[in-house]
Amino acid sequence: MADASAPLIQLQDVSKRFASGTAALAGVSLQVSAGQFVALLGPSGCGKSTVLRLAAGLEQASTGQVDAPALRADATQPTAFVFQDPTLMPWATVFDNVWLPLRLQGVPRQQAAPAVQQVLTRVGLADFAQAWPAQLSGGMKMRVSMARALVTRPRVLLMDEPFAALDDITRQALNSDLLAWWAAEPMAALFVTHSVAEAVFLSQRVLVMAARPGRVVAELAIDEPYPRQPAFRHSPAFAQACLQLGQALAAAHAGEGAPA
Amino acid sequence: MMRSHAERALPTLVIVGLLLAWELGVRAAGIPAYTLPTPSLIAQTLWLNAASLGHSWWVTLQITLGALALACAGGVLLAGVFALSPLTERALMPVAVVLQVTPIVAVAPLILIYVDSTHAALLLCAWIVAFFPILSNTVIGLRAADPQLRELFKLYRATPWQRLALLRVPAALPYFLAGLRISGGLSLIGAVTAEMVAGAAGRETGLASRILEASFRTETPKMFAALALLVATGVIIFWITGALSRRLLGPWHASESAAPH
Repeated sequence: MADASAPLIQLQDVSKRFASGTAALAGVSLQVSAGQFVALLGPSGCGKSTVLRLAAGLEQASTGQVDAPALRADATQPTAFVFQDPTLMPWATVFDNVWLPLRLQGVPRQQAAPAVQQVLTRVGLADFAQAWPAQLSGGMKMRVSMARALVTRPRVLLMDEPFAALDDITRQALNSDLLAWWAAEPMAALFVTHSVAEAVFLSQRVLVMAARPGRVVAELAIDEPYPRQPAFRHSPAFAQACLQLGQALAAAHAGEGAPA
Repeated sequence: MMRSHAERALPTLVIVGLLLAWELGVRAAGIPAYTLPTPSLIAQTLWLNAASLGHSWWVTLQITLGALALACAGGVLLAGVFALSPLTERALMPVAVVLQVTPIVAVAPLILIYVDSTHAALLLCAWIVAFFPILSNTVIGLRAADPQLRELFKLYRATPWQRLALLRVPAALPYFLAGLRISGGLSLIGAVTAEMVAGAAGRETGLASRILEASFRTETPKMFAALALLVATGVIIFWITGALSRRLLGPWHASESAAPH
């Protein structure tokens, strides 16, 4: 095993050019260590999803080095990915959807049942194991999606604006729940968002990205007690961090960049 | 609740009303039975010729269901091959299209010449008509899986077999069932068309032969009786495929649940 402080996810001067010729990323470097929660913040089209997909092995870098557990042949450190849409199988019950990652590893239903039930309990859906996705609200579907991600007890959690389509109240509740799940089993988390407040609330470190080509233009550590409590949203430190990030984001959006 | 009962009864009421109008209209106008028989006379003819019509019905039904079963097997199998190998699809799809667009009435005489067994020839004709909707729908269905779900399967390192069984087949099911509902009706049409071309000769002949036979003898009520059996068969096939679709998709698919898409 690698030592705990070594980064789990590492991008070194990575660029990505799609077949269409679009330069999605240019010279992106970042590191996420075990048990670190990092947010990628940026406007739409800045390539933050591409960074996530590189770390998941769903895309290949054009140049530069990418190292992440998902790219290694041995799957001793499982990676979980949460999409913006819940991405559930509509033909399968909640139980079967959450069972999927284990099922694909060859774990039979009976043997997977305790883990599935446990993770469903953790996301507050213990009573919905036999429900169909079509019967659930948007927030509940997202909880199922989270449960499916957590069921393998991942070491790496990659999230692509998972709560962007939800209303604010549901979103804040899920933010707090996410931190509770993280506290129970700390993972290296990379969280893509375009919401400043969400990035500040959730993460220990925020990377601000700019578009065309996608690059990291600012980095801000948020040194506040972690995992955060809901009251943090009303503290001066929260407002201060939001202000700072908002300015960095505005500068990035204006195309001027910001001192890193 | 009352409203839903009334809505359910509506189609039946319309059909009963039409039959009643037909009966009364023919009687009132004094139209002779050889031109247009009344529904009651058709029912009577059906009853009197139950043995011969029943036998023919059985022959037609065998060809129809046989062709439908073969259309399912052939369509799904071929769709599976196409999904796994786009090259095969490019090579063979034009052939399938040619088979589909050729009017079956026009090819049936040739098939009857080339294939010795009339039964097999009829089956082949009905199959040609019925298999295409299942094939084309299933091909689309096997590709219809949500791209993000596909990525999820990739991330969890699913084997090709897992991808097929747990993702592509379930995603294709609604498409296949839609194809099946079309093919069910087409296999009956194909069977009857081929029988029409094959003619009235022989003992083991279907309802189309009874219709031809009755037409030669101007037994119009019997033509209508055979026609009524064909219509009933088509409707029953439509019901069964619909029920199957609801049974398999009911709990989850938008097309079969109360919630709008």
